[in-house]
Order: sequence, then C-alpha cells, then structure tokens
Amino acid sequence: MSRIDLIKKGLIKDNPTFVLVLGMCPTLGTTTSALNGMGMGLATLVVLTLSNMVISALAKYIPDKVRIPSYIVIISAFVTIIQLLMQAYLPSLYETLGLFIPLIVVNCIVLGRAEAFANKNTVLDSACDGLGIGLGFTLSLTIIGLVRELLGSGSLFGWSFTGGDGILVFVLAPGAFLVLGLLMALFNKLTQGRI
Amino acid sequence: MTILLILVSAIFVNNIVLSQFLGICPFLGVSKQVNTAVGMSLAVTFVMALATCVTWLLQYYVLMPLNMVYMQTVTFILVIAGLVQMVEIILKKISPALYQSLGIFLPLITTNCAVLGVALMVVQKQFTFGGETHMLNLGESVVFAIASAIGFGLAITLFAAIREQLEVSDVPKPFKGIPIALITAGIMALAFMGFSGMV
Repeated sequence: MSRIDLIKKGLIKDNPTFVLVLGMCPTLGTTTSALNGMGMGLATLVVLTLSNMVISALAKYIPDKVRIPSYIVIISAFVTIIQLLMQAYLPSLYETLGLFIPLIVVNCIVLGRAEAFANKNTVLDSACDGLGIGLGFTLSLTIIGLVRELLGSGSLFGWSFTGGDGILVFVLAPGAFLVLGLLMALFNKLTQGRI
Repeated sequence: MTILLILVSAIFVNNIVLSQFLGICPFLGVSKQVNTAVGMSLAVTFVMALATCVTWLLQYYVLMPLNMVYMQTVTFILVIAGLVQMVEIILKKISPALYQSLGIFLPLITTNCAVLGVALMVVQKQFTFGGETHMLNLGESVVFAIASAIGFGLAITLFAAIREQLEVSDVPKPFKGIPIALITAGIMALAFMGFSGMV
C-alpha cells in the first residue's frame, strides 16, 4: 500500500469513530462545539503520529512480554508534552478540554494503532498511518461538534446567527449520544455495502 | 453527611458514564448481557477504589513534595496498569469462574478511562460537598471512587438489560448495533438528567 493510501484509509475506510468505534469517550465528551472537537482531534493526532513513530523505531528492542506497559509509557510521555504545551500556549482550550487531555493516554485508538500497525511497520509508514487515523478522528470529531454546536447553540465555529438560541439538550450529555448515534446510522446508510 | 452527598452526587447526579462520558468503551462493549455487565462492574469497583487510594497517596506524599506533578499522568497510568495485572493474578487464583467469565475484559480495565479519570479528578478538581469547596481527603476520595464505580455499574447493568431486549427487536438496518445502542444511551442520559440539581 502506498503512503498516500495509508493516509487516505483513515479518513473513511478505517475511520476510527464511525467504522472502528474506538475512542468514544473524547468523541462524546469534547464535541460541544466544532472548535473543541477539532482541538481534541488535533491533540490526539499529534500524540498518535509521534508515538507511532517512536514505537515502530523501538519495536525491535522492546521485549514482547513488556510491550504494552512500554507503549503506555511512550504514549504518556507525549501526552504530558502536549498537555504542558497546551497549558502554556492554548490555556482556554486546555481549560475546556480539561480531563480529556491526560486521558489521551487511555484512548484505545493510540494503543490500538501501536499494537496493530506501528510495531510491525517502518517508521515512515507508521507516521503516515498515525496521520491518517488522526485526521479521520479529527474529521469525525469536527463534524459531530459542528452538528451539536449548530443545533445546540445556533452557531458555526463560534459564529452565532441565532443570538445564542438553540436546543440546549444537544450541548448537554444526552445530545452527544443522540447525535453520534444518528450520524453513525447515516454513515452506515451512505456507505452500505461499499466498505 | 458529606459521605451521603458524595454517594448521591457520583452515582446519580454526575453519573460517570451518562454525564461525564468516562468508561464508554466498556459501557458499549461489555453490556450485551446482564451477567458480564455485573462482573465487569465489580472488577471496576475494586480496581477503581484501590487505584484512587494509591494514586492519592502518591500525589500528596511523593509527587507534590518532589515538585514532580508534571509526571502525574505517567505515574498514575503505570500504577493502574500494575494494579490491574495484580487483580488479574489474584482473581485467577481465588475465583477461576469469575476469571473465565471476565476473560479479556480484565486487561481492558487498564484502558478504561474511568479509572484514570477518577484518579485524576480527585487530585485536580475541587468539590463542593456540604457547604465548603475543598480538595477531597483520602477517605472522601476513596468513597468518591467507589460511588463512581457504583454509578458505572448501575448504568452498565441497566443498559445491558435494555440491550438484551434490543437483540430481539426489529431495528432498521443502518441503526443495527452501535447506533441504536448510542441512541438508547442518549435516552437514558436524558432520564438521568432528572437528578440534576439534587445535590
């Protein structure tokens, strides 16, 4: 598979949210607006790409028995770096995403890619894979955030056109489940038989 | 009184699954049968209480005196991974039946974000229980962890009961599987919103 294909497959065919159904906690918890969803997606993308690269580079030297704890340490190191950078340069986004930034460590997408792809492929391929899956995740989170923001607070990327009126429930917890369920059904309908 | 407030708040009002979105993976994955759901929630309760206790002590007696709070995430996840491994070994010895039925789900507790989430929450956030806003002490933290786990158990068990019914009902094709489960969870979350404002 060429590297372009590796990046492309994460967007639709292996979309982490709608096809693999992984990393549901941040997907539901941070998508109160399109920008928040996108911020979370991008943070995960950076961690995923970097940890994929390091893990594939070190795969030969990590004994098989302790590979999962080793992967977790590598991943949590990158998460800590992102956490400190966001705290310093994007304090308001950091404040909104809150707990979900350190929780990237336990995002099953990151560990899943390490185990399923990075530990048996080259560094560059793993970087492309991480980039693709990360972009797919960012795309889904942005779409979910967009729908919830549009219905819940009547705005798009923070640009309000209803003067703040909206169906509040879509910003609250139940709306997250409902919107994701409906979008997933729509995705199934559109891709029926083609994946 | 504070204990009671923590219990009500963590189980019903701020249910960890339905209003905080932590532990969604096992919530969707292990909730097809009531039996496994109950087993899973017992394992989670045990790990969560133990993990919160250990991480609380680490935070206040190791990380803070040494000015190493930035190592929080790394330390906590390692402690949790170790504890899960230990619980697995103990369970294999004393209750092979439960070990069999939980099977692959036990190692999954490591990546159950509810466990790490609660451990981080009690050392990062201030809570208001019974008037004063304060950081939770060790006892309160453990109670909070157990209550959160009970909330997780409650949500996952109720959800499993509904999903057993869903198995036999006629669901439109695009909604089959996860989408209808998410919509069911959404309706459950709506019901749980009825508790808000209680504490």
